[in-house]
Amino acid sequence: MTDLLALIVAKYNYWLYVILMMIGLYAMIAKNNLIKKLVGMNIFQTAIILFYVSIGYKRDATIPIIQSAHGGNDALAAIIHAADYINPLPHVLMLTAIVVSVATFGVAMALAVRIYQRYQTLEEDEIRMRLVDIGQEK
Amino acid sequence: MKLLGFIIVCLTGTLLLYGTGEFPDWGDPNSPASIHLSNYYIEKAVEQTQVPNLVTAVLADYRGFDTMFETAVIFCAGLACFLLLRDFREKKERFYRHVPTGVILHVKSGKKVLKTGKEFEHMDKDWVPSDLIIKTVCRILIPFIQIYAMYVVAHGDFSPGGGFQGGVIFGSSLILLAISYDLKTLLKRVKEKVLGIYAALGVLIYVGIAAICMPMGGNFLDYAALAPLVWDPHHVRALGMLGVEIGVGIAVTAVMAIIYINIVSEGRHDEGL
Repeated sequence: MTDLLALIVAKYNYWLYVILMMIGLYAMIAKNNLIKKLVGMNIFQTAIILFYVSIGYKRDATIPIIQSAHGGNDALAAIIHAADYINPLPHVLMLTAIVVSVATFGVAMALAVRIYQRYQTLEEDEIRMRLVDIGQEK
Repeated sequence: MKLLGFIIVCLTGTLLLYGTGEFPDWGDPNSPASIHLSNYYIEKAVEQTQVPNLVTAVLADYRGFDTMFETAVIFCAGLACFLLLRDFREKKERFYRHVPTGVILHVKSGKKVLKTGKEFEHMDKDWVPSDLIIKTVCRILIPFIQIYAMYVVAHGDFSPGGGFQGGVIFGSSLILLAISYDLKTLLKRVKEKVLGIYAALGVLIYVGIAAICMPMGGNFLDYAALAPLVWDPHHVRALGMLGVEIGVGIAVTAVMAIIYINIVSEGRHDEGL
């Protein structure tokens, strides 16, 4: 038990992201309403974004903007230590991932609007019933 | 179904939680993610690109291809929304409100179009004009939001910011206009055609800057080849990145507006929300 507690305390950030991700996954699998599924997808994406950002963090480091390079002279007055700046790579990846998630969410919403226009509902079981009705008519 | 989903989620979650035991501690400077490529970026980026903001340097220079196709993805998302939802059929019935008296006119035949302005204003059956306070506050706020967006794009090389963020801020200022007035007010200022052209133009600026490098004697996206074209050859990479970021900003702004306009009005471009 104490081992487990020590593990949770040491890696609590990862535990939080896994829990957030599972909430999103459960919503995507089990919810009946399509908009709720989309919200689940967004929670899932947020968990992954947070996970990446936390990987890039270093203790006692600052944001990856080199202060000594400001002011026009790139003579590099100070030598740059990698340990002083957090990892810029996860930030780059997540920067684009956030905007792409907005774009995918927009497309998903557009599809949901089309489905609503056609079947007058966003509940999954009702859509399935309508589909069966249409199949029987043919 | 719910129980099955819950069991699957619990199993996956347990596996992932078990896996966290092997992960590096939070903030460990020697974690695997921080000892290979990222150290090279941090130590060499300023020397090689003259850009103090390492995130921008990696985004627009080292990983330029990635960002280029990322911009293409955004463009495709806007295109998909347009193709899925846009409905060009004119609505037959129109409603107008006579502003001084508040009387509502109902025009049944499709051809008669009343001039809107001081006397009449458009209205939808299920749309009500916004409050005066909301309109006034948003009218004052929107120019400042837009200036801030342009600052974020232009200053992306030196401080947190860049094309994606600035584009989203600018796009949200357009959305705020559509929310506080109505969709027609926005579309009067920014035509749908203009938005489409701008979305394509943003991607074109990015690809164009990348392609010009090739006849100038460099590789695709090698901004250093542009040195004879710019006034400050020493900072040519920073300037190339700025141009690319402007392209990204334009594309993101236009696509945000396209997605919003098409979704809230179901593609009909009437009053919307």
